Amino acid sequence: MNCRSEVLEVTVEARQVEEAMLALLHTILLHRSTGKFHYKKEGTYSIGTVGTMDIDCDFIDFSFVRVSSEELDRVIRRAVSEFKDALGNSGSDGMGQISLEFYQKKKSRWPFSDECIPWEVWSIKVNVVNLANEQERQICREKVGEKLGEKVINVVEVINRHEYLPKMPTQSEVDNVFDTSLKDVQPYLYKITYQITDSLGTSVSTTMRRLIKDTLAL
Amino acid sequence: MDSDLSPQDKKDLDKFIKFFALKTVQVIVQARLGEKICTRSSSSPTGSDWFNLAIKDIPEVTHEAKKALAGQLPGIGRSMCVEISLKTSEGDSMELETWCLEMNEKCDKDIKVSYTVYNRLSVLLKSLLAITRVTPAYKLSRKQGHDYVILYRIYFGEVQLNGLGEGFQTVRVGVVGTPVGTVTLSCAYRTNLAFMSNRQFERSAPIMGIIVDHFVDPPCGVQRPANVGHPCNYRAPDEDDGGLFAGVQDSQEVCTTSFSTSPPSQVGRTGCVTPQYSVASASLGDDDGMSQSGEGRSVSPSDPVESLNAFTRKIGAFVNKPTTQMTAANLDLPFAAFAPRGLDSEENDPMVQPPDSPACPSPLQASLHSQGSESSGQQDDFVMRPAFSKDDLLPMDLGTFYREFQNPPQLASLSLHISSQSMADDLDSLPEKLALYEKNIDEFDAFVDMLQ
Repeated sequence: MNCRSEVLEVTVEARQVEEAMLALLHTILLHRSTGKFHYKKEGTYSIGTVGTMDIDCDFIDFSFVRVSSEELDRVIRRAVSEFKDALGNSGSDGMGQISLEFYQKKKSRWPFSDECIPWEVWSIKVNVVNLANEQERQICREKVGEKLGEKVINVVEVINRHEYLPKMPTQSEVDNVFDTSLKDVQPYLYKITYQITDSLGTSVSTTMRRLIKDTLAL
Repeated sequence: MDSDLSPQDKKDLDKFIKFFALKTVQVIVQARLGEKICTRSSSSPTGSDWFNLAIKDIPEVTHEAKKALAGQLPGIGRSMCVEISLKTSEGDSMELETWCLEMNEKCDKDIKVSYTVYNRLSVLLKSLLAITRVTPAYKLSRKQGHDYVILYRIYFGEVQLNGLGEGFQTVRVGVVGTPVGTVTLSCAYRTNLAFMSNRQFERSAPIMGIIVDHFVDPPCGVQRPANVGHPCNYRAPDEDDGGLFAGVQDSQEVCTTSFSTSPPSQVGRTGCVTPQYSVASASLGDDDGMSQSGEGRSVSPSDPVESLNAFTRKIGAFVNKPTTQMTAANLDLPFAAFAPRGLDSEENDPMVQPPDSPACPSPLQASLHSQGSESSGQQDDFVMRPAFSKDDLLPMDLGTFYREFQNPPQLASLSLHISSQSMADDLDSLPEKLALYEKNIDEFDAFVDMLQ
């Protein structure tokens, strides 16, 4: 099975990085999260309800919808914050890329560790610019808002092609497909990683893996 | 494989499409209310959350949608459309966007109705939630209230896009294939907002009566013309029409979602688990059904007002003030804030009438006035003990000096006697003053020369 790969590219000011990443990552996760599964006897299961909430950006003329889950929001914010700090530390006019990868676990026999097989990867390329004056910043607010809108439409277009999705698992297999660690929603298993490219265009040393609590714990 | 739908599948599919249409309308209208929407996730499934999404049902909107559908379902050639338009306080209106739920002939016979179609419709609703925040009308709807309101209109049949002006754009939200056709959801939105940019929405005298009740259709009242929309706001129903909208419609159905995973031995083609979905649904004709689902409903009979109040639109600033209350700040005068205020407010103006001092001085005052200077009638807000303040030049110390001059008499120009002469009079007398100064211009020049 081939992994589906999508690339989104945005150009933002340094102070807009966080909100732009949150907007796109949350939009993708909204579509890739279900309610909590409750398995009952006789092989049936029921699905909980996913709530949504509107978020207004402070530095961008944009609003987006995310899943109503504070836990999930905290995890995403932490990852985005690390990415933002890494981008900031790399020097001015930094470029970077944050990736959201959905994967399935395939159990292997001992002594081999479980395999993680990605089935969808979203890469968001970020180009940070510095602006000279307030007027330019105001224009940037609006322009980035429009661009993010276009990216949301791109995301929706890809998702609504209804291409490969992991099959719904039995109770014993559910942790191989979904992240069941959250109390209120259940996203597909995912991991967020990022890369920073310095202004010279060379790929810098650190590629940090940001893992969700126990997904890769043996 | 039998390509015809089983009766159960057909029944399920019709139900899914009907509730999908109703939820679509709810999402669109709620996205144009002008407020941020927030619903809670719940790990335990409630009986009424169709498509596993927490989307509240505004009864008025459901009523309008059902009225438009009139018992039919969106089908080939029969589209359900939600038109969003803007209406200004002066009565001008403009269509902003039209959302279309259509069905085309492309069928997907092999798709599982009770599982795949249902889940894909759920994803499509999520996409709708995302896209409704992206079209231009969202920003306009967040700023509605004082100068304009956003209206919605639901109609069924042929899609009408003429009112969107030239160069309108279309965005496709998504498609879901079903055995009877492909459901498509899209939005056509106006790009030419020239009408908007030419108007200056001046914050002039507030407009009475535009908010809340102005546009709402009385339930049993006059028939509105078909092309007039409903406001994208919500008010708690009055006593009269509460019975019509409040609570649950008798034909509303509960969605009890229960999925099943078949054991690996009974699996389909590829050896992976193929879940089979079974939906149990009950109509609410009987009381048992009502009470069972009561606590789980997003709009329960017991608290319709509470959930409805959640959608009450915020009223714009200055709306409820009487038009006659024009303060000096509204007049287009320079330094208007410093102009003498109207007589009625001057009674409370502390600048004009300082608070009365106590008749008897406090003991603290007496102890500080060692020089025997005038101290009666002074009110000490704080005790000032200035250090190193004794000065041979002045006959009193700094503390005494401060206290004595703490409350100076008001300037004559700000006192009541002058208030009768308004700023306008001052302006009128300016030409005379200018003429006088011009006459004496030589004197002024001599004065300036002296200074240099």
